[in-house]
Amino acid sequence: MNKTTWMGYARQNGSKGIRNRLVVMYTVKCAEFVARELVRLSNSPDVELIGFDGCTDNQYAVRQMISLIRHPNVGGILAVGLGCEYMQPEWLCNIAQEEGKVCNWFFIQQQGGTRATIEVGIAWIREALEILSHTPRVEMSLSDLVIGAECGGSDYTSGLAGNVVVGRFFDDLVDRGGTAIFEEIVEAVGLDWYLTSRAASEEVRRQIQYTYDKALEYCRHAQQYSISPGNFAGGLSTIEEKSMGAVVKSGSRPIQGVLKVSSPVPHPGLWLLDSTPDPYFMDFGITNPSDNEGLLDLTSCGAHLVFLVTGRGNVVGNAIAPCIKITGNSDTFEHMQEDMDFNAGKTLDGRQTMTQNMEELRDLVIRVASGSPSKSEALGHKEFHIIYKYQEKEVPPCRA
Amino acid sequence: MDRIPTAFVITAADNVATALSPLDCGPVTLLGDTEVSSITATCEIPQGHKIALRNISAGENILKYGIPIGRATADIPAGSWVHLHVMRSNYDERSSHLDLQTGAPKDTKYE
Repeated sequence: MNKTTWMGYARQNGSKGIRNRLVVMYTVKCAEFVARELVRLSNSPDVELIGFDGCTDNQYAVRQMISLIRHPNVGGILAVGLGCEYMQPEWLCNIAQEEGKVCNWFFIQQQGGTRATIEVGIAWIREALEILSHTPRVEMSLSDLVIGAECGGSDYTSGLAGNVVVGRFFDDLVDRGGTAIFEEIVEAVGLDWYLTSRAASEEVRRQIQYTYDKALEYCRHAQQYSISPGNFAGGLSTIEEKSMGAVVKSGSRPIQGVLKVSSPVPHPGLWLLDSTPDPYFMDFGITNPSDNEGLLDLTSCGAHLVFLVTGRGNVVGNAIAPCIKITGNSDTFEHMQEDMDFNAGKTLDGRQTMTQNMEELRDLVIRVASGSPSKSEALGHKEFHIIYKYQEKEVPPCRA
Repeated sequence: MDRIPTAFVITAADNVATALSPLDCGPVTLLGDTEVSSITATCEIPQGHKIALRNISAGENILKYGIPIGRATADIPAGSWVHLHVMRSNYDERSSHLDLQTGAPKDTKYE
């Protein structure tokens, strides 16, 4: 390991960010174009777009927008609304203000339309970027980092190399005092005994079992299990085998608890994120409609950086947390070099041991945390996906 | 140049390895967490599928990642193909009725 510390951005609440983003947030699809133009015209890699499409609001979506305002990689926000939607840009701005972040808000109707809003918006963004350039810097190390991981576009190498190196890295990160988050409880079918055996306490064991049972019930109702004919044809023989290939990215350390989407991580260690909808409104939202949504769920819990493990190859990034794309498939890595950040496939053809590969990943994490753009950042990927979903804020307490 | 046929062992406790290339009958180089450097494949095994590392008796667990991923439904000789025809899930009843080659369901009527 060459270098173990870097300079991050100090936030009022004591958290430390690895980026200093100014986020333009639209509060309804009708305001998206103006918000997107503001991001484009700012011509700055630090200005990002986030938004919620629906006019009728949704508590889950509002919580997620707020979690991103509070995110340590975010230095300021500009909330842009049309003027007749449920979600309130002024209230989002108030939260940013309480957090000591640079903020402003507009209604397009009050400003006098597209051109007028863009004019005042871009002038404000220039001022805000100037203020953000003076954000106090603070030393950071791996123990300050929160990293989330999910997989998508998986093939047989994901469970052999891509997810395995993430698991080894997560063990190392947790041992150094850092925080790791993994998700996809619907891909842990048959492994409740395994996950609960890693619970840090009796209460956590109960939370994991509750979340697992809920996910199974969800799969049964939605008639959607996470294994398909293509998986069997590709060599997977059981759902347990596929599940373990996904769960292996959690490494081997004790699980500290179950996070809900948009909940801050209470303390360092390894955490399971539940992104499955809660009961009562089973037909209100699906679990992870795209990898972008899954990555944003991890970000909403405060992940500074996100891993996307993809055997077949994906190209996406993330608006708030830099995305490191890991493949266990050397052919995919060669074929999509401009998009793939990391090749775990070197462990499969004997070029590297898993320990060497993990150390290489750790060096990459430190470089990206220090400010080097990940492949998706360099290409300008800025994906996000916020959906209507029903979720409680916490795993319900035990009913005696 | 043809790729050397290889299979990958995830943990030393495993009784199966995963084919990194299509395997013909004959010697296979083992990579990963293993002290044994090769095994002889007794039949063709597709890429991404599993090869038995030792004789496995009917009823015994199939171990990958060091955990049971299902159990043997027949005696499985070392070096042979381990898939739906000789093992089944401990949870998912349906997967033991799927087509061996394609994974397509055989229990849904198209009529």
